Amino acid sequence: MGKTIKFQTSAMNLWYDRFQALKAIDITISERAVTAFIGPSGCGKSSFLRCLNRMNDFVPGARVEGEVFLDGRNIYDSDQDVITLRRRVGMVFQRPNPFPASIWDNVAYGPRLHGVRNRRELDEIVEKSLRGAAIWDEVKDKLRTPALALSGGQQQRLCIARAIAVEPEVLLMDEPTSALDPMATARIEELVRTLKERFTVAIVTHNMQQAARISDETAFFLDGEIIESGPTHLIFTSPRDGRTEDYITGRFG
Amino acid sequence: MAGLNLSRRLFRNGCATILLYLLMASVALLLAGITAFLIRNGWSVLSWEFLTQPPRDAMTRGGIYTPLIGSIQLIAVAMAFAFPVGVLTAVYLVEWARDGLFTRTLRLAVRSLAGVPSVVFGLFGLSFFVITLGFGASLLSAGLTLGCLALPVIVGASEAALTAVPKDYRDASYAMGATKWQTIYKVILPAAFPSILTGAILAVGRVAGETAPIIFTGAAFFTPRIAQSLLEPVMALPYHILVLATAGTAIDKTRPIQYGTILVLLALVLGVTFAGVLYRARLRLKKQ
Repeated sequence: MGKTIKFQTSAMNLWYDRFQALKAIDITISERAVTAFIGPSGCGKSSFLRCLNRMNDFVPGARVEGEVFLDGRNIYDSDQDVITLRRRVGMVFQRPNPFPASIWDNVAYGPRLHGVRNRRELDEIVEKSLRGAAIWDEVKDKLRTPALALSGGQQQRLCIARAIAVEPEVLLMDEPTSALDPMATARIEELVRTLKERFTVAIVTHNMQQAARISDETAFFLDGEIIESGPTHLIFTSPRDGRTEDYITGRFG
Repeated sequence: MAGLNLSRRLFRNGCATILLYLLMASVALLLAGITAFLIRNGWSVLSWEFLTQPPRDAMTRGGIYTPLIGSIQLIAVAMAFAFPVGVLTAVYLVEWARDGLFTRTLRLAVRSLAGVPSVVFGLFGLSFFVITLGFGASLLSAGLTLGCLALPVIVGASEAALTAVPKDYRDASYAMGATKWQTIYKVILPAAFPSILTGAILAVGRVAGETAPIIFTGAAFFTPRIAQSLLEPVMALPYHILVLATAGTAIDKTRPIQYGTILVLLALVLGVTFAGVLYRARLRLKKQ
């Protein structure tokens, strides 16, 4: 298919003090595609996601071994600046987490961090990002109202708008719909399909149907290891490993 | 069996309810009683002149203009010092300090500071601000001493407020490439601000009524005018009350003034509290 590799890990281990959360992870994430990480709770999929923008740096005792390449450069090299990394690799969290400020302020937060001051420019970024997150029409007349007044689903799309406002290359999504109702979930899923035209998306999900619906590639995690990864249709139709089959057919997890 | 058990539980529930009501009522009654007592004794002297005239004739006549303004000045100096220092100390403790011996010692020190009798602060202020730094007995010395008293209250409240800011906000900010200081300044402090403000208001209440720390450091028995600079001594409401209660010879004349002064001090503290609560409510409204 001629896909470009965005992320690649090589023999990556993650330790939380003595506990090894990830074991010898080797995986590639294709550019402008949706890669889903599935697996039972505590299997390490969220931890892995947080290694990709080094959010695990904040966890005391967390230690990464091995290499994680973004466009061929190891992001754990000592000269990698995490600020730049996180600007390139954005993140959307499990619970919608808008700041207690206006909708406009939420979206403008990132660009302002990185030095955009011009009001007109910010207005443009805010509109573009809200459109990109398919929420513009719902909020365009109330950009100055508190973000926390929005519904959960709207808040999550606002958070996506906030994340893409700094024009990242990759968007990491950590179970972005697990706190939402089915209607809101459907809208986010639809959005994810359009997001991959501009971004590389890596999404952690508990919901196998969701992974099957929206992802191009899937990796199945179990006890800190990747049991199987590959094109989504193959993982779900003809898994090679018995454990993958057990999981996707609902025998455990 | 079950029925008996239920009726016994309901009976106990009833007893607990009544007991709690009684306790609540007795606290409210006590408060109302004190206020009523003060109003009955001090109301007669309250007037516009009482607030705008300095004391005259060995405090037997006139108003409390000088100590009232003095108290406001003291509060302003104390808070101008203690608020930024206290909040930034809390920011350091919560956001930067690693949990170690140094941090724990620092925390313990701050907590212990809150338990130190206020007269000790007075003596500290005397030796440090008045003598060592050479500020003399002045508004500055007394204000800074009161600031030291307010410090642990503000640090404690700010620490709690900062810790209570949801981790979600930090995550969101860091995930967009914010630095630590950007996250603290733009996200965490604004989110914690209403609670920090509550702490500051409590501190004002604590500071406004203190006498012991200011007697040695800058509160004057009498000054002919309000302080024009930081290095002049000031009169202050709590010390003025003490003076009226203990130093006068014409007790029948000074007593109503004394109660009136207490009422004004009470109103000052309540006024600050009320203004703070209103401001906080407005902030919350804007955010949600």
